[in-house]
Amino acid sequence: MSSTTTKSAYWAGARDGAPFILIMAPFAMLFGVIATEAGLNVIETMGMSVLIIAGAAQFTAIQLMLDEAPTVIVLITALAVNLRMAMYSASFAPILGKAPLWKRALIAYLLVDQTYALSSLRYETKPEESLSGKLAYLFGVVTPVVPVWYAFSYVGAVVGTQIPESYALDFAIPIAFLALTGPALRTLPHVLAALVSCVGALLLLWVPFNLGLIIAAFLAMMVGAYAELKLMPKAAS
Amino acid sequence: MIPDSTPIWLIIVLLGLGTFGLRFSFLGFIGDRQMPPWVLRHLRYTAVAVFPGLVAPMVFFPEATGGTPDPSRLACAAVTLGVAYVTKSVLWAFILGGATLYGLLYLLG
Repeated sequence: MSSTTTKSAYWAGARDGAPFILIMAPFAMLFGVIATEAGLNVIETMGMSVLIIAGAAQFTAIQLMLDEAPTVIVLITALAVNLRMAMYSASFAPILGKAPLWKRALIAYLLVDQTYALSSLRYETKPEESLSGKLAYLFGVVTPVVPVWYAFSYVGAVVGTQIPESYALDFAIPIAFLALTGPALRTLPHVLAALVSCVGALLLLWVPFNLGLIIAAFLAMMVGAYAELKLMPKAAS
Repeated sequence: MIPDSTPIWLIIVLLGLGTFGLRFSFLGFIGDRQMPPWVLRHLRYTAVAVFPGLVAPMVFFPEATGGTPDPSRLACAAVTLGVAYVTKSVLWAFILGGATLYGLLYLLG
């Protein structure tokens, strides 16, 4: 593996990650504002953004603390929101499992949704890339995404004024995930899995602790895998 | 306001450790041990199995409108997904999806 190919994989990752600055900056700022308005100081707000780096779970934890939920409920609910990360971990294990332990630990810390989505798409479309190229791509994606998350959490915590609802910042997250889903719909089994996920999650909204999403995701993976066996027996072998 | 009695740092540290644990789980402990083909076949669909379900409630029942479906947000979601699917470009999806959202919010008030 020459260092120039590793370098170009790194820059490809950074380039693919860069548009997410548009999404992460307002979302992180919104978190900083909401956390400080809920009564957290700047250090506590940054503690969450640096130690947890999982926006949805952080918002959930703040909301539950505001509702004066018991500590155990705060922990269980926020971690349930993050259960999908274990699925990301499982999906990367066969691909990145040969990397040294400290690198795998570093990847685990940085395995946010954007890192997972962009890297997994790259690994699917370029399976022949070397391990060092794959790692370089992932660290490239992280470079614009994670520092922006830290920095704008801080800006939001310090600025700390309410952002008008007419800015519709609530929709930054759906836009981010939809933009990541589009390119991932590569084959009919992928499309079927996505449909099951969408319909399943809506039908299972009543399940507590956000576990409906996890159930819907498992069903969607089963449908995707089954459809692959039936429709594309060659790819499945 | 969050009550003063809330063990904020305990919650932050445990959530940090728990989240890391979830992310490290398979990557850390399975490592490069071979997984059976049927497991790998399922894992190939992780992204498309998680993301649509994650956003569907936010798209159809946005909290900002009190959970009532909102035409601007529905149109924005459709445009973002459509553009991302056709162009494979995250940036174009953001630009056209964002323009749809703000354009319609402005026009429909």
